Amino acid sequence: MHEIIEQLASTIREAAAQHTPLCIRGGGSKDFYGGPLRGETLGVSAYHGIIDYEPSELVMTARAGTSLVEIENTLRYKGQMLAFEPPHFGLHSTLGGCIATGLAGPRRAYTASVRDTVLGARLLDGKGDDLRFGGQVMKNVAGFDVSRLLAGSMGTLGVILELSLKVLPLPVAEATLRFEHAAAGAIALMNEWAGQPLPLSATAWHDGKLQVRLSGAAAAVSAAIKQLGGERVDDNAAQRYWQDIREQSALFFTSAKTLWRLSVKSTTPPLNLPGAQLLEWNGALRWLATDADAAAVRAAAQSGGGHATLFRGGDKALGVFHALPPALHAIEHKLKRAFDPAGIFNPGRLYPDF
Amino acid sequence: MNSVADSPQIDFTRQRKVVDALAAFLPEHALLYAREDVQPYECDGLSAYRQMPMVVVLPDTEAQVQRILQTCHALRVPVVARGAGTGLSGGALPPGDGVLLSLARFMRILDIDAAARSARLQPGVRNLAISEAASPYGLYYAPDPSSQIACSIGGNVAENSGGMHCLKYGLTVHNILKLRAYTIDGDLLEIGGDGLDSAGYDLLALMTGSEGLLAVITEVTVKLLPIPERAQCILAAFDDVGKAGQAVANIIAAGIIPAGLEMMDKITTGAVEPFVNAGYPLDAEAILLCESDGNDAEVAEEIERMKAVMRASGATEVRVSSSEAERYRFWAGRKAAFPAAGRVSPDYYCMDGTIPKRALPRVLKAITELSVKYGLRCMNVFHAGDGNLHPLILYDANQPGELQRTEQFGAEILKLSIDVGGTITGEHGVGVEKIDAMCMQFKPLELATFHAVKAAFDEHALLNPGKAVPTLHRCAEFGRMHVHAGQQKFPDLPRF
Repeated sequence: MHEIIEQLASTIREAAAQHTPLCIRGGGSKDFYGGPLRGETLGVSAYHGIIDYEPSELVMTARAGTSLVEIENTLRYKGQMLAFEPPHFGLHSTLGGCIATGLAGPRRAYTASVRDTVLGARLLDGKGDDLRFGGQVMKNVAGFDVSRLLAGSMGTLGVILELSLKVLPLPVAEATLRFEHAAAGAIALMNEWAGQPLPLSATAWHDGKLQVRLSGAAAAVSAAIKQLGGERVDDNAAQRYWQDIREQSALFFTSAKTLWRLSVKSTTPPLNLPGAQLLEWNGALRWLATDADAAAVRAAAQSGGGHATLFRGGDKALGVFHALPPALHAIEHKLKRAFDPAGIFNPGRLYPDF
Repeated sequence: MNSVADSPQIDFTRQRKVVDALAAFLPEHALLYAREDVQPYECDGLSAYRQMPMVVVLPDTEAQVQRILQTCHALRVPVVARGAGTGLSGGALPPGDGVLLSLARFMRILDIDAAARSARLQPGVRNLAISEAASPYGLYYAPDPSSQIACSIGGNVAENSGGMHCLKYGLTVHNILKLRAYTIDGDLLEIGGDGLDSAGYDLLALMTGSEGLLAVITEVTVKLLPIPERAQCILAAFDDVGKAGQAVANIIAAGIIPAGLEMMDKITTGAVEPFVNAGYPLDAEAILLCESDGNDAEVAEEIERMKAVMRASGATEVRVSSSEAERYRFWAGRKAAFPAAGRVSPDYYCMDGTIPKRALPRVLKAITELSVKYGLRCMNVFHAGDGNLHPLILYDANQPGELQRTEQFGAEILKLSIDVGGTITGEHGVGVEKIDAMCMQFKPLELATFHAVKAAFDEHALLNPGKAVPTLHRCAEFGRMHVHAGQQKFPDLPRF
């Protein structure tokens, strides 16, 4: 494994000297996400394998090329899971890609985001230097939190080599309930329930139907079923349903020509935009299949206190991610240069200009 | 009346220049520089480190904060932001050649959005005041550092404060949504958003725990959580600290995430019991406090599972709180551990390492051996659930050689924390106190990266200089925290 790091580091040093862009790639399952792929492919899935996993620590350390399937199977065998229920979007998705894109699934609003669970990281920066930040412990305030900064950075700061993540026990019991509501009613209900001590672990609304997943101690789940009412969804059907939402294999997603992802305040009223919508995370996540103008979609996200991402399809030339105000953009650009002075890692994947 | 301070350390020409520049827009009451006026700001909760600030400013508005920063930037004057001043690592130690920027007047709760479960706060709002204001809506703010009656949310963000419930509910970084902050250039940054994530790099995570080195926070939006229906606490006694450590691992391995999981050793229970009458079993080598929260049925179920694990792990006694009064009594001793240390010993020295839980028995054993080796008592109080240790080395600075032995003892504990895969600081921050220990934990290239991150926000290194990240040539010896009898500010605040 040491030779792989040496090889990667020497490729990086050479690319930096020549100013050759590198396109960091694990399993390739998220090639569709973010700005266009540019530069020579730097494959990183050879650096794989779980390094350290002791269930009683609630911490797993693994190489970034480890497949998500292996990570999740290993955890499940010990009764644990990744807290953020990541989408795979393909058979070969890797841990590194999962963290670099920072994408989380249905459970995210009720447990943790990708970056919430990151405890430590080892990376090669743009000079090929081998650096470690954070660690393998839950509480650590030594130095700036560089390892969490990597989550969602789209590979633009460095080649992630290893990650330590906080993991959680699998819930003992799980149940899904279905309700009939229009969007506004569903948003109100999801937020009302989120303000009560209920074992919620996922919510999704689409086309008049609200589905709510409960996870936790058996006693907590059965008490919540009684309290909330609704129609109980068969366990197998429920599992398929949440998987289809997470992996975007539900008809709403597969039939969308242009798919936007809007992250907004959970109580934001239904978006007044053409097209179909699917809501998650108590209403804090809005999926929108629309041919509306990018500017209109971004304005709607901004008025909801958030931001919009052109997730699939559409015209990437106009920018995939929400543009930042100038002062923030300038700082992010300087951060990028701090890690990658030659600008070789995934240029254009996060922002058109770096 | 202000008059230029008569302090030998202050450069009066420089002071006059800075005061004049600030007086151009700050009202008289917001600008202090007379010795007697600035003295209250000479230290934070770590009073072993003191420095008279050259100038103290107490702005009332964001516009003033912005102009203060622009002015100091133009004059190349260092600025140190200060919240409630309860920090334990000297993070708010003032600059002798610069400006201490107190945010004490930013005390307003700007908005509570009960439906969206969030609160918008000025940075000087006390941690506990958030939960008090949210409670009519059945909501609370989860991170609860023990100084929560006094510490402020701005400082909590700067330090990424934890508390007793962070194993289950997370640290500050997990419980905030948005910040307004000003860079030293006076640029306003709106970081994060009202949704659960934001565009671009995760600057919200980077800002959290940055110890005032990157920007000055003027507003914080926090998440609020529903108050659990009920909480119940188990007190389990063990005849061996190793067994207690193993019980902690067994609880987690059983798939339980307790709302709180704390350990105290025999010397600690013996020290606190006379003050709090918690009814601790004083013959036990260690006790664990293990809390469950949730709805009635859930807590009942979880408490039974916790009891079974404690018994299987060799607990000699397992008590369950039967009332809120009893639950508070169980916790009272834990919360009184730091003040109790100050009462049973003239001085104590507090460590803040975090270690992987599996190393707990080994580290506890090593600390016991070090205690014998150095001839110094050590009280061990731990956030056991997340491996955050607070060994309190008891010593008497008036006894020749004791201070030096204490320093060596402490350095060995820090080194041990790193050796077993842990960190030098779990929640108190690096500040000035552990700046040298940073050199043990990070390689020069990693420290250089921290400096580059700092420079992306603050090119001339004017915000809180000399804190949190050591310069490479400084990397020489271990840092430490000394609390001399009567010197700690807020001596009655519970610390844990």
